[in-house]
Amino acid sequence: MAALGVVLLVVSACLLAPFYAHDIAHVDAFSSNLNGQIRLNGKWVSVLQANTQGLGLGVTPIGPTWHFSNYFLGADNQGRDVFTRLLYGGRATLLIGTTSAVICCLVAAVLGLAAGYFGGVIDWIISRVFDIVWAFPIYLLAISLSVILLTSGLNVGPIHIGAGSLLLPIIIIAAVFVPYVGRPLRGIVLSLKEREFVQAAIGSGASDWHIITREILPNVAPTIIVFLPLMVAFDMLTESALSFLSIGVQPPSASWGTIIQDGLGLLYTRPWVAIAPGLGLVLTAGALNVLGDGFRDAFDPKAKLRGSI
Amino acid sequence: MLRNQTMKSVGASLAALALSTLGVVSVLPGSPAGASSTYQSQHAGGTLKLLASTAGGTLDPQVNYTLQYWQLYQASYDGLVSFQKVSGAASFQVVPDLAVAMPKVTNAGKTYTFVLRKGIKFSNGKPVTVNDVLSSFQRLFKVSNPNSGSWYNVIVGGPACVTTPATCTLKGGVVLNAATNTITVKLLHPDAEFLDQLAVPFGSVLPASAPTKDSGSTPIPGTGAYQFKSYSPNTGIVMTRNPYFKVWSAAAQPQGYPNEIDMTFGATVESEVTAVQNGQADWVFDPLPADRLQQLSTKFAKQLNIHSLTADWYLPMNTNLAPFNNLKARQALNYAIDKNAAIKLFGGKLLAQPTCTILPPGFPGYVQSCAYNKGGSASYAGPDLAKAKALVAASGTKGTAVAIVVQNDPVNSAVGQYVQSVLNSIGYKATVKSLSANIQFTYIQNTKNKVQISLTQWYQDYPAASDFLKVLLSCAEFHPASDNSINIAGFCNKPLDTKMNTAETRELVNPTGANALWGQIDQQMMSKYAPWVPLFNPKQIDFISSRVGNYQFSRQFYMYVDQLWVK
Repeated sequence: MAALGVVLLVVSACLLAPFYAHDIAHVDAFSSNLNGQIRLNGKWVSVLQANTQGLGLGVTPIGPTWHFSNYFLGADNQGRDVFTRLLYGGRATLLIGTTSAVICCLVAAVLGLAAGYFGGVIDWIISRVFDIVWAFPIYLLAISLSVILLTSGLNVGPIHIGAGSLLLPIIIIAAVFVPYVGRPLRGIVLSLKEREFVQAAIGSGASDWHIITREILPNVAPTIIVFLPLMVAFDMLTESALSFLSIGVQPPSASWGTIIQDGLGLLYTRPWVAIAPGLGLVLTAGALNVLGDGFRDAFDPKAKLRGSI
Repeated sequence: MLRNQTMKSVGASLAALALSTLGVVSVLPGSPAGASSTYQSQHAGGTLKLLASTAGGTLDPQVNYTLQYWQLYQASYDGLVSFQKVSGAASFQVVPDLAVAMPKVTNAGKTYTFVLRKGIKFSNGKPVTVNDVLSSFQRLFKVSNPNSGSWYNVIVGGPACVTTPATCTLKGGVVLNAATNTITVKLLHPDAEFLDQLAVPFGSVLPASAPTKDSGSTPIPGTGAYQFKSYSPNTGIVMTRNPYFKVWSAAAQPQGYPNEIDMTFGATVESEVTAVQNGQADWVFDPLPADRLQQLSTKFAKQLNIHSLTADWYLPMNTNLAPFNNLKARQALNYAIDKNAAIKLFGGKLLAQPTCTILPPGFPGYVQSCAYNKGGSASYAGPDLAKAKALVAASGTKGTAVAIVVQNDPVNSAVGQYVQSVLNSIGYKATVKSLSANIQFTYIQNTKNKVQISLTQWYQDYPAASDFLKVLLSCAEFHPASDNSINIAGFCNKPLDTKMNTAETRELVNPTGANALWGQIDQQMMSKYAPWVPLFNPKQIDFISSRVGNYQFSRQFYMYVDQLWVK
């Protein structure tokens, strides 16, 4: 329950990003604010502060003010409010992670069911595709796809997705993880197919559609539900990695990965810019993993029993 | 040139050349003052440890076009002439190096006669002969020197060598007389910058036995105070003293101080800075990280050396592609960009100065002016967003999608994001495309990539106005569908081209008049056509370890590596 609470808290906070930006902090999270000033302790202070000591080299963004409505976590090198971007970034990261995980699990379920149930040529083709995708290191594949698609966008027949669209990282991340879900599902279907209740349905002349949807899918569904939060966590981490490498979410949009990248150049002077989204990732991914374990225990009490022996 | 790719000079050499053209033998004797006018032998010895995050490519001095190695070549290779090894503006002066004196220029500026010094040996012990000089000229074409088709093809026989490098002889173009030890170079037409082009590392004299292809990581013997002992692009470079070197001109090739110079590759810039702070290394080649500047300028101020550079950071706008094929759109962006804001992203006002012109301050022809400016003063006073928005509206380009292509390092990316924000604020739909520094420079040159606007830099090869205006904005430098089209804006204006040719010709006889004309061209280019948004002129920061002494800075090739003391 605690894990579910953490996830809900993070999601709620991120959903409130526009409200926080417009009505509390009064900032624009996506425009450069290099000459911006804020009122702090009765004084006007520049969000980018020129060094006045020594030779006077360097310009440093303002650090955390710890005032909730006023550059709470300080500014990044564009003079933008880090906390506001953190909330917006969380929205993007959660949106991409969740959507891609749902797409991934749906596609993997269809392919796993088809391969496991029908067998033969269909199984051979789907399994070989899984093998080929699995043969690539996951990040290398995601990076390669991102570099290609982010340069020119995706243009397949009537489908046109622009280079800066969030749909691109969603599709890329969903695609590369399909074999990781699809293969175990195929194995489960293969096993279920030999069980008495499925054989009985086949023997009674039930249609394939009926057997898949009524006999097999209900037995596979708990596994898919257990996979889902784990894949959300995986996909969030992958999205952040791609965005950190500038091949995920594109500026001025924010994700936790892009904010970590922004913070990389400020590690010595403003470490919070990188630490805050890092904490967000750890907290959310950790909670999702615990949640996934909880789902597994709920759907498969025997597994819990085996784990405790 | 790009800092991590290449460099182009006029100044004092023009005066000498002008005299030469008039048939006067221009002899700049020996050395007015070397990098260290009096060699202090008590400081000789030790190992100088340099750091760079990556290697700079081939070690071949006739191929490599990076500042990283050009700095090292100063101590290891010589041409017939070279830039004077002194600090300050005098470092732009071309002086005789392997030649006894500046060449005798005859035939209305088309014939240069050099007398080769005797008794000089390569680091392999073999003497330097006129045959080595001829083979080095030929080799420029055989190894496909980056500028063989634009600089050295002015030599008689050069165009044929460009077409068929393998059979290049330069017959009739470079004539030797072994008895008098003279080399006569004949040009197709007078060229005011020929000596500057010979004074850069491409003009190095190499042994006739040097391979007629890019030597890659195999060092070629040179005549300088140091030789390249080893080179591994993965680990580093080791330079040791050239056992056959004796000073013949401290102005051209002074004796160095360290016994060994090592350049190590592979560390991150952050850890390089830490290493120099801790005294584990002596110098960092790479630009210093922005988040370390404050710490360095307070705790290590004595170890920092800051110098103005003749270089531009600028935004070339594609004058053949919407929206920037519209003059008003280009002028709008010039009004909208806050150059001082961009400087904040570069490290603050002490590290760069805003510019409105193509020629950098202090350069031949430079005249301070600012066509797009709040208030209309000659010096930059800030952006005028209202004017910018009005121009965008008047241009009919509002709402156009614009992609800005930048390098993916922190500073370039940050400036790119700022420009994106400005473009959005004046009515465009802007995106940033970040590419690796290795490919961005060629990517933005190729018209096939349909780059609308990009962020790039240009550092002089030598101090000549043509190196900025003609190289970067003439019709001849625009090559559609080529990776080698340095006129990134694709700007071509015939009347301005004619004016540039006139200025270049005038350099030979009337340098002052020529510079005045270059200044007019610069202002006309920006006020009437605005193919760029000039952002700022950067400064160089050299961070050296506390044990290092005798720091000297050349405006041509930057810090003299071999003149540093480590003892």
